[in-house]
Amino acid sequence: MPMSIKDRCAIVGLGYTAQGKIPGRSAMSFYLEASRDALNDAGLRPRDIDGLLIQPCPTDPRVSAFSLAQEIGMELRFGADQQVQGASACAIVQHAAMAVDAGLCDCCLCAFADTSRSAPGDMGIIYQRAWGADAAYGLFGVAANYAMIARRYMHEYGITSRQFGEVAVTFRRHASLNPRAQMRQTITIDNHQASRWVAEPLHLLDCCLVSDGGRALIVTSAERARNLKKPPVYVMGMGQGHPFADPLRRRVMTVTGAVASGKTAFAMAGITPREIDVCAIYDAFSFVVPLQLEDLGFCRKGEGGAFIGGGRIGMGGELPTNTSGGLLSEVYLQGWVGTHEMVSQLRGECGERQVSGAETGLVTSSGGVLSEHATLILRR
Amino acid sequence: MYEKPLPHIDDLNRPYWEAAKRHELVLQRCDSCGHYRYPAGLSCPACLSDKLRWVKVSGRGTVYTWTVIHQLYHPAFTADLPYAVVAVELAEGPRMNTSLTACKIEDIRVGMPVEVVFDDVTEVMTLPRFRPR
Repeated sequence: MPMSIKDRCAIVGLGYTAQGKIPGRSAMSFYLEASRDALNDAGLRPRDIDGLLIQPCPTDPRVSAFSLAQEIGMELRFGADQQVQGASACAIVQHAAMAVDAGLCDCCLCAFADTSRSAPGDMGIIYQRAWGADAAYGLFGVAANYAMIARRYMHEYGITSRQFGEVAVTFRRHASLNPRAQMRQTITIDNHQASRWVAEPLHLLDCCLVSDGGRALIVTSAERARNLKKPPVYVMGMGQGHPFADPLRRRVMTVTGAVASGKTAFAMAGITPREIDVCAIYDAFSFVVPLQLEDLGFCRKGEGGAFIGGGRIGMGGELPTNTSGGLLSEVYLQGWVGTHEMVSQLRGECGERQVSGAETGLVTSSGGVLSEHATLILRR
Repeated sequence: MYEKPLPHIDDLNRPYWEAAKRHELVLQRCDSCGHYRYPAGLSCPACLSDKLRWVKVSGRGTVYTWTVIHQLYHPAFTADLPYAVVAVELAEGPRMNTSLTACKIEDIRVGMPVEVVFDDVTEVMTLPRFRPR
């Protein structure tokens, strides 16, 4: 058994940008703004950074870790563009922690940008493309493919659209407390039910936003982290799970990579779901929240619909989840929404939406059509 | 004039679409272990053998899941909205995204038995679809 990486690395800087509908901005400008903000937040200078991992921008793959490094003025000892689709944020933090722990770099900047909301031409509709022969049958886009899984989830376990709505309503309430959020007007279950269908059984309010913006964060050793500007948030556990990319080719469509990634992360952290105070679950669509909570072991398979009810995942509940509003209501910057909100919660920086006494949190990020999955367990 | 998108035919999937044009549904079957695969690929994901052979299959299956699309993603589907897309689980195992004929949206159910039919959408292209059986 190799020595565990548990608690040996920490997240020490968070970078944000303007986010939402921000026309006219390049991907590079978001990467740079987020990176500058993360450096300021950590109290580090560019020459302190010797590692850089980026998730490529979906709308502008020309920006690489190396083109970004030279714009920031960093000479790297470690760097790569890492594509783990929507699971990249949690996965990249893991790879950064491993690189720091292995001595390949001391401080690793991790960054992402997206301009999908405002990018001109076809780039703005990247989330509406079709795979293989699907277009011939009219099956386009991420939402319709997730709808196929949602239908199967309802069929197998009897979860209902109103239960999906509970997720959307809860996260919107959280977003109403978040000045950064794109959607701050609270909604009701009736609003959810009355919102137009996108692809049945998914209503518009079951679907995440499409956004412009960037995010960055910095990973360093626990030792180095103790002398920086902000309180460190330690990486306690981490794991990944990647089922077959095509949901039709998975043996069971309603089991996600969260089973493997959660199991690995909890084993490393040496804790159980009972000890998690706050969650940030990748919510590209409402129904994947109960689905992942089941697979992570917060409740039994098929009980996610009941589990998320009764205010459990809201502020003041037993397991406040997606306190920023998540991808459904804060902003769609893939897994970086969850990493940043969790670090902020564990630092105690969340203001009106702060979960009091939050010490340990779980973050997931997920890509493709529930095809890639990564989990982080963080503590203050 | 047929304006909906047509499947992209390449060296790997050409036998599938040529068979569809003959009104036959074919899949790749592994000579080593008997596993059927869809869509077309270079090797068997069950045993990694590269001995795959195109064989005619039953064309029978059941609806595994479905969605009803309300959003317009392509202008050629404007008149169809809302329309259903189904995933059929074939008797031989693989699942495929397709659509139904002779079935109202409100009659679609998971587990519904279906069989293949062939829709000659252009002179050169035939799409396998399914109908209740």
